[in-house]
Amino acid sequence: MAAPLTVLLVNLGPLMPEHPIEIIAGIVLVLIITWACAKFIVPRFEDMYHERSEAIQGGIERAEKAQAEAKAALEQYRAQLAGARDEAAQIREDAKTQGAQIVEEMRANAEAEAKRISAHADAQIQAQRDQAVGELRREIGGLATSLAGRIVGESLDDDTRVQATVDRFLAELATQPARSARAVDKA
Amino acid sequence: MSHGLLVPLEYHTPGLEDFKFHGTFGVTWLDKPFWQVIISAVLVIGLWLWLSHSMKVVPGKRQVFAEYCYDFIRNTLARDIIGSGFRKWLPYLVALFSFILVNNWFGEFFIFMFPTFSHVGFVYGMALVSWVVYIAAGIRAHGPLKFFKNSILPPDVPPALWILIIPLEFLSNFITRPVTLALRLFVNMFAGHLIIMIFLVGGGYLLTYSGNPMYNVTGGLSIIFSFALFGLELFVGFLQAYVFTILSAQYVSTSIASEH
Repeated sequence: MAAPLTVLLVNLGPLMPEHPIEIIAGIVLVLIITWACAKFIVPRFEDMYHERSEAIQGGIERAEKAQAEAKAALEQYRAQLAGARDEAAQIREDAKTQGAQIVEEMRANAEAEAKRISAHADAQIQAQRDQAVGELRREIGGLATSLAGRIVGESLDDDTRVQATVDRFLAELATQPARSARAVDKA
Repeated sequence: MSHGLLVPLEYHTPGLEDFKFHGTFGVTWLDKPFWQVIISAVLVIGLWLWLSHSMKVVPGKRQVFAEYCYDFIRNTLARDIIGSGFRKWLPYLVALFSFILVNNWFGEFFIFMFPTFSHVGFVYGMALVSWVVYIAAGIRAHGPLKFFKNSILPPDVPPALWILIIPLEFLSNFITRPVTLALRLFVNMFAGHLIIMIFLVGGGYLLTYSGNPMYNVTGGLSIIFSFALFGLELFVGFLQAYVFTILSAQYVSTSIASEH
């Protein structure tokens, strides 16, 4: 098959393919291997390389993420701690003011109570006094009259009798306020 | 060779006929290189599938080796040349490099002992694929008109030089590129195999030559030296796979570049 071609052209010697089908074989086989490489071999390598770079990159990303998380947790912890401190200080402050307030209130209450009691006592004393004075005023006339009657009715010569009458009067008088006090209490 | 010292080897000069093989199963083209190229394709796919199965984020021993091989192609041949968007061209470049490398190293490996790409047909085929790929890349990136204009006329060329530049650029970008791509690989493999054959066949002949001990010594030295040449050929096989792939990537890169 090569012979007529060789005659037509210059004699190429070894540069003339011995069998032209070798050209086709070269083309077909290279294409078959290329197909196998494109279908199986190159994707296997490239996928693995991709996976590897992903794994390395993913590892770095995971580490970065973990670091960020740890940092955030630390920040949160610090914030919480500061918050707790503030809160404790606030509570102390509140307790202090509240305590002072309570003491103040108690004192005011006690003072008010004392005032009330003393006012009540004053009022009672005043009332008793007023009553005693009133009673005394009411009775003093009668007493004076009865005393004068007795004095006049008795013998005036007898000093001892006069003396006894006065004494008796005075003793009666002495019992008088006790009686009037009892009357006020009852009132 | 056990009785080589008694019966001298027949000498024939290594030449073109050493690159011709009989067909198998009555098919003339189904010869040794053809079987090799099929086996190499199966081997390349199988090796890559084995290397890349059950990949883990944390690699084991096999995967470290696999990643080393893959990254060499991915980073050195594709990413550093094409830049962003290299992922699209990666399967083709991986296929090209490993296919050429395995076939080149067949020249130094037992059982095969023949570099497949010293048969130029396969190389023409691959160069053609690279040619189509970089033209298609350019057309897809810029549309046909802009791509061809970019390709044949570099920017800022004075109109007086157009008559000179346009044919030169056209030749360089659409004819020379694929031809040199193919010839560079083919000639390296062809010549390398020829040189090894000369050292081995000639060395074997001299070693078994009766009547002159100096010939035998020279032949022995020649065979020993052929081992060094095997090492060199391993390197050349790698280098040519590298060059073919990096140039294919380079052509794609210039095609899709905004300014030619």
